[in-house]
Amino acid sequence: MNARLINWFKFSSPATFYPLAGRLVPIFSVLAVALIGVGLYMSFFIAPTDYKQGEGYRIIFVHVPAAWMSMFIYLVMAFWAALGLVFNTRLSGMMTRALAPTGAIFAFLALWTGAFWGKPMWGTWWVWDARLTSELILLFLYFGYLALQGAIDDTRRADRAGALLVLVGVVNIPIIYYSVRWWNTLHQGASISMDNGSTMAATMLWTMLIMALGFWAYTIAVALARVRSIILEREADTTWVSELAEVRR
Amino acid sequence: MKARHKRLGFLVVGLAGLGVAAWLVFNALDSNLSYFFSPSDVVQNKAPTDHVYRLGGMVQSGSLERGQELTVRFLVTDTANTVKVAYTGILPDLFAEGQGVIAQGRMGADGVFIADEVLAKHDENYMPPEVADALDKAHKGAPDGVAKK
Amino acid sequence: MSVAEFFDMGGYALYVWGSFGVSALLMVLEPIMLRSHRRAVLQRIARIIRIKAGEKV
Repeated sequence: MNARLINWFKFSSPATFYPLAGRLVPIFSVLAVALIGVGLYMSFFIAPTDYKQGEGYRIIFVHVPAAWMSMFIYLVMAFWAALGLVFNTRLSGMMTRALAPTGAIFAFLALWTGAFWGKPMWGTWWVWDARLTSELILLFLYFGYLALQGAIDDTRRADRAGALLVLVGVVNIPIIYYSVRWWNTLHQGASISMDNGSTMAATMLWTMLIMALGFWAYTIAVALARVRSIILEREADTTWVSELAEVRR
Repeated sequence: MKARHKRLGFLVVGLAGLGVAAWLVFNALDSNLSYFFSPSDVVQNKAPTDHVYRLGGMVQSGSLERGQELTVRFLVTDTANTVKVAYTGILPDLFAEGQGVIAQGRMGADGVFIADEVLAKHDENYMPPEVADALDKAHKGAPDGVAKK
Repeated sequence: MSVAEFFDMGGYALYVWGSFGVSALLMVLEPIMLRSHRRAVLQRIARIIRIKAGEKV
């Protein structure tokens, strides 16, 4: 085992990660508030009206970032889950658990804002096309993971079972992403893709990217704050927790 | 170290197996996962004739006729083939000639598709009206059908 | 653009504000719930430590 590997293992110890996360939370909170603030201002005052959908298209500025985050968070959870299964580190399970509720919220918001966008434009709140259905399955995967995690009392076993569920569910992510290309769907194709670039006016695109960055910072801040609580709960009877300033008060 | 490598091996094999299984399932389901049939599918008799299905395509420019009451008739095209559609009811905001549309209903005996629900399908282009106008002038008839609100 | 016009969102008020409103609500609620949860966890741990300290004496 070389020195670098040992170093990484040191970071994966909850006792070292807890204060590190504590320092990162305020930084990402400030970033999130600033980026989302700028993003909201641009959403309503800078981004122009759309030629076809008028003001209604502004829903895109929460819909797309929320949908992106719901998929991205799941991939990060899968990364931690795989790490946890292979290396048996305690922190991996905690990180997976800390990300799940935020992922579920974004999956719900993607569906909710999608419904509020679909009603006036398509003429329906919901259809069972491949894109919408696979995103709903993603929401259920988040719920399933949280339920499974909550149902097993032994945290080690809960982490392992949860990690397996997350990894099995990861096949759904490419399905969501490519559904609009593989099958005929009511949902339109991607406005931003790796091979075609963007089909949006520049100011609209920037607004969406800034909102997405804001959601990203929000996710990091919230997940790190949550993992701190999880660390405290799971390590409650260790000496390092009992010696923390916030516990001794 | 050994146990760790073993677990990694299991994980990689398991995920690869899962990926292959998913690929096979979705290959088998392929056409069933599509939300609608195109006019070409209908002309080639790929669409069901005995029950309700969805027809998707573009509303052909110049084909929209508003009859008495709320009945509208239009042609749905995928540029290769067209299908006649009749619909009575309220149309979504984005419904217009040259726009994407999905109609749910069944094929009538006279070859006219009787829709009981019509949804608008929009594309992934977003731009301010001025840009759309400029594009329109550059090559006539490109973007079409503006929300009527 | 007047304030009323802004809130009308070109006739899409319900849909635009329904989307942004619910998103804002959830993204404000989540940190608040996290904070109260953290406080509860800290209190519980502090109580356990006090009980343990009492047992030793």
